[in-house]
Amino acid sequence: MSLFIVNILDGFVTGLLLFMLCSGLTLIFSMMGVLNFAHASFYMLGAYFAYQISMFTGFWVGLIVAPIIVGVMGALIERYGLRRVHQYGHVPELIFTFGLALLIEEFVQFFWGRQQVPYNPPAALDFTAFAIAGNTFPAYKVFMIFMAIGLFLVLLYILTKTRIGMTIQAALSYPETVQNLGHNVPMVFMGVFGVGTAMAGLAGVIAGPVMGTFPGMAFTLGAIVFVCIVVGGLGSLWGALVASLLIGWIQTFAASYNLRMEDLLIWLGFEKPMLIWESPWQDLWTLTLPQVGPILPYLLMVIVLVLRPQGLFGKRET
Amino acid sequence: MSTPSTNPLTAGTSRLIPLNHALPWIIAAVVLLLLPVIFESRGALTIMNQMAITIVFALAYNMLLGQGGMLSFGHAVYMGLGGFFSMHVLNWMSDDPWLPLPVLPIFGGFFGLLFAFLIGWFSTRRAGTTFAMISLGVGQLVASMSIIIVTFFGGEEGISGDRTEMLPFFGWDFGQQQEVYYLTSVWLLIAALGMYLYSRTPMGRLANAVRDNEERAEFLGYSQRNVRWISFCASGFFAGIAGALFAINFEILTGENLNLATSGQILLVTFLGGVGFFIGPIIGAIVFTLLQTVLSLHSEIWALYVGILFVATVMFFPFGLTGLLALHVLPWKLGKIGYLVKPYAKMAIPGLVFVLSSAAVLEILFHARHAGRGDNEMTIYWWLTFDSHSPLPMIIGLVLAGVSAYALVKLVPGLKAAWDEATKMGEAGK
Repeated sequence: MSLFIVNILDGFVTGLLLFMLCSGLTLIFSMMGVLNFAHASFYMLGAYFAYQISMFTGFWVGLIVAPIIVGVMGALIERYGLRRVHQYGHVPELIFTFGLALLIEEFVQFFWGRQQVPYNPPAALDFTAFAIAGNTFPAYKVFMIFMAIGLFLVLLYILTKTRIGMTIQAALSYPETVQNLGHNVPMVFMGVFGVGTAMAGLAGVIAGPVMGTFPGMAFTLGAIVFVCIVVGGLGSLWGALVASLLIGWIQTFAASYNLRMEDLLIWLGFEKPMLIWESPWQDLWTLTLPQVGPILPYLLMVIVLVLRPQGLFGKRET
Repeated sequence: MSTPSTNPLTAGTSRLIPLNHALPWIIAAVVLLLLPVIFESRGALTIMNQMAITIVFALAYNMLLGQGGMLSFGHAVYMGLGGFFSMHVLNWMSDDPWLPLPVLPIFGGFFGLLFAFLIGWFSTRRAGTTFAMISLGVGQLVASMSIIIVTFFGGEEGISGDRTEMLPFFGWDFGQQQEVYYLTSVWLLIAALGMYLYSRTPMGRLANAVRDNEERAEFLGYSQRNVRWISFCASGFFAGIAGALFAINFEILTGENLNLATSGQILLVTFLGGVGFFIGPIIGAIVFTLLQTVLSLHSEIWALYVGILFVATVMFFPFGLTGLLALHVLPWKLGKIGYLVKPYAKMAIPGLVFVLSSAAVLEILFHARHAGRGDNEMTIYWWLTFDSHSPLPMIIGLVLAGVSAYALVKLVPGLKAAWDEATKMGEAGK
């Protein structure tokens, strides 16, 4: 039971982290209609920038400065890259962001090498927050939870209660009308893109010390983020939240419960072959849940798409 | 150009495939036949084989991206699965062979088709972003399965086989690289011709229609989903052939053949060549394979250069290298191509200086950051040797890059004027 509670908390951390990326991605998608393939690359940039800054000034300065740099970079890329490609259509836009993801990965390897860099949690948070029957929960993860929730509350407040938020929401639905009312809609787009990438950068800053800071981190997480978006329904923020938490829990639980296929098959009444390594079903017999863990999100995506093509919370068929 | 029929019954229609359309194919066949005579080293044959496989795969990919408007981030799945199944067929037959090696690609194509059929059932419902995301997810799913299902995919080390164990084909047992080259080339011609002819069928035209306006195609009575599904299957078939050719050439397949990196690479190849033209992926595959083999010999950061080239292509030349060449067809036809020679020649020197000096700056930076301790000396462009940690070479590189970039910007209006002149309709030479 105590392991269960720790897993719930761990999965919650992963889910919130995924949602920090998904929310920015969804906002950008519902506004510009383009899925930013490089979104996870900004997450990676956040981690690397924070690592570089933390070498000089310590963790806390990086926490604030790195997302700002990433956000400014994102805004510049929107202004001078994406807006240029926009005239060619959605598919070239997607290809552009894909190329950007490749390029960012190459640049990261160019500057910081192919190996993982030693980006660690700050000393002030390097202790055990609490323990449940021997299962410890680090203080840094508590900090991550509060950071993520705090960010969402701020975002929710800005989007629903302030004038800027109203303009953004209006620009999402009726860009031309808002433009005619005298608002600078391209500026709003650029701002949202910048804020979205800055959020991804912030996610990278706080996730880097836990998940590891290495050149493959963008594509590892990026693919899962897209799964969340598709499962939740393209363009639906609530869907993205539910899907992120769901996938966070699925991954955490799959990794920590060593359920074996063997037990299931025997329970179902099958007999285990004596020479397991010569049986054509050896992979099925030796399968364990932690092994299957990494493919579960993709499997979930395929199942959702077959049964409910619009995603869990999507309004239109995707 | 099509030849109008002179038969009164069919007057006004054109022959399906005019003779001068066959000419490029005949030239291609002759070139493929003669290439190993010119480049006879083993290394050159390997590169040419790899090129041929990439061409087939890129053409298959362009059936989706260029002709069908579907962007796939997981097309390596169909090539990889075609390859894996071919390898299993090869190994299964090796004890008691009853087929020669050259028919193996048919198996690869069949399995590619089968999986495209199954996966296309749910992935082709929508085009655009959704299709792209689903292809990514399915690609990741299959790639991660390759680690789990060890009996089929062989785990980390993959599966391998021996191509010489099939029945000999007219005395050839395909132990020689050259024999494999001819097998690959013949299949390249068959597959390329097949894809070309497919693009001219009503089905191929419908794929274009759905790409351009799916709603309108639907109103004309064609199910957009079925059109996409059929294109997807056809593309999977040819990708499977490419996979089987890969299996024959390299005799080993690993999980790498299925992953996102391979899928992304084929997108890069196709887009670099130009998606709007049948010949685009061919040019892209040739250029990319050359870049990959030549650049990677000389530079550790070749992938960075390719990445920059790719992003620049997407931003400035969305029709790729072929599109760039095709721009010159009009001045050529007007007989005004001469107008462009002078501005091009003027830009050539600053252009070259810009490329070389920026690459030098990147190389110096890379060397300074990653070379071992005490290893400060570096050599670029074969004869320039200096200390990478001293600021002088870096400053020279930056200044050269800056000056040449400035010169290029200054020369652009001249080129624009020449271009306007060269593409103006009217009599040449006035």
